[in-house]
Parts: sequence; structure tokens; C-alpha cells
Amino acid sequence: MEHHLVLRVVARLLIPLIMLFALYVQFHGDYGPGGGFQAGVIFSTAFILYGLIYGVDKLRDVIHPDVVRSLAAFGLLLYAGVGLAGILSGGEFLNYSVLAIDPVSGQHLGILLIEAGVGITVASTMVILFYAFASP
Amino acid sequence: MTVTVINIILLCLLVITALAINKQRNLFAATMLTGIYSLICASLFVCLDAVDVAFTEAAVGAGIATILFLGTLALTGFEEKTRVKISIPALLLVSITGGLLIYGIQDMPAFGDANTPVQTYLSGKYIDESATEIGVPNLVTSVLASYRGYDTFGETTVIFTAGIGVLMLLGRGRKNRKGLLDEDDA
Repeated sequence: MEHHLVLRVVARLLIPLIMLFALYVQFHGDYGPGGGFQAGVIFSTAFILYGLIYGVDKLRDVIHPDVVRSLAAFGLLLYAGVGLAGILSGGEFLNYSVLAIDPVSGQHLGILLIEAGVGITVASTMVILFYAFASP
Repeated sequence: MTVTVINIILLCLLVITALAINKQRNLFAATMLTGIYSLICASLFVCLDAVDVAFTEAAVGAGIATILFLGTLALTGFEEKTRVKISIPALLLVSITGGLLIYGIQDMPAFGDANTPVQTYLSGKYIDESATEIGVPNLVTSVLASYRGYDTFGETTVIFTAGIGVLMLLGRGRKNRKGLLDEDDA
């Protein structure tokens, strides 16, 4: 990929925009279309694009496969943790209403956290898949 | 009226793309066509006012799935090896199954019918109470993340499990495929 100058320049421009858009989709999911799943997929695209243009070895320097695997588990555990926090606060599993002082802000907090969990797991899993198919 | 025309055009394009994928022997071209297929599907979902689904279809179907197909092709090769022969029993079986499915469609409620169980069971409660109970403007998010949080948890687990499954099959790198369990020399 040494000589694909246009690809490299365009990718360098696009990757931050893709990540920013993914974060927008993640945090704007409460107000418009989007949410953790879509944001995770879009966020992983930034890494996959980097891997496609600069090579898997460079991508491994940016984010190591071990880190990605840990993050995939972390996202799921975050989701489950929010559920357990509901039990510990005196509600049911995944009942967010008991997480904060009033039910509505509890719901907001719960949704924010579980969407973050979904986003992290989905993004990491997509990068795991890319690593699995692309690693030499 | 306009939407109907757009729907007809999109559905025609969908059929044309499907036939083109079927005829295509070059797997690289077939992969690109599946991406186009997903994009047309996403447009159809937009016409059905299901923007969240369209978003997912565009990101997963046209984006990630295409890249994963290409990754697979890099491992296997870009040309289909065997020429496909027409098998009469298979054609019969497919025709009968397709006929039964089309026959079964007659039992389905009309599109947009307000009196179906889907619309009458819980949807009303969600639509009426989401604003006060959850306070999130996007109803889809409040259903997926809160009312149906348990299902979404299951879905996330499925994605995680799928990733682990692929890791078990491919993730060790091709140098040491034999030992799945000896972690240290990976």
C-alpha cells in the first residue's frame, strides 16, 4: 500500500470524521435514529479502514487484539453490571428507574450506560472479526 | 402515490440485483452486488419509516458485511470454481416452498392495519407512556434499551458470542492453527 497516495490521504481525512459521526450516532440515539449498535459498527469502520489502507500490522500498533478482546467483554459486562446495579438498588434486573433519585433520570442514566456497553461490544467484535479474517 | 412508485422501483431493483448476484460467477462482483442489495433494502426501510432499521442495514449490510466477505475472499479466492448445474428436484422443492410461502402471505394482516395483535397489545402503552416514563424522545431507543432491555442484552451477548466463535475458528493466525488451547505461543 506504499504508492496509493490518494487512498492514504483520503483515509487520513475520513477516519476522524467517521469516529466523530459514530460518537454523534451513539449519543444522539436518544433523540434521533441511531444508538449503540449502529454507532459501534460505524466506529469500528474507522479502525477497519485504517487497517485496510495502512496494513494490519500498523493497526495492531494502534489497538492491540488483546485490548479489543478485553473491550468486547467489558461492554457486555457493563451492560450486565447496569442490570445488577438495578437489583442492588432494590429493583429488578435491568430496571433503570431505581438507579438515580427520580425514575426518569434513572432511565436516562441506564440507557446511556447500556448503549455505551452495546457500542463498545459491537465495535470491538467487528474489529475482532476484521483481525480474524485479515491477520497473516 | 409517490411512495408507491418509489417502492415499486426499489423492489424491481432488488429483484434485478438478486438475479445479477445469482448469475455472477466472479465472487468479487457478487460481493459488491450484495452491498448494493443491502443499500436498496435500506432505502426500502426508509420508505417504511423505519429509519433506525435502515441505518443498521446500511451500516452492517452494506458496510461491515461487504468487508467481511472481501476478507473471506482474500482467504479463499475470487472465482467460483464449480459450474452450477440445474437440478430438477431442487428446483421443484424451491418452487413448492416458495408457493407455500406466498400462499401463507394471504393470512397476514393488511399492511398498516391498526387492529393486528402487533398494534393492539403493547404498542399503545409504549407510545402513550414512554414520554413520561422514560423521557427519551426517540421511541425506538426507549423500547430497545429500556422496555426491551433484556432482549437487547441477549442480542449483545449473541454478537459477543459470534466474535468469540470466529476467534476460536480463525483468530489464532495461520501460523499455528493446530493448537487452540496453547495460548502462550500465539
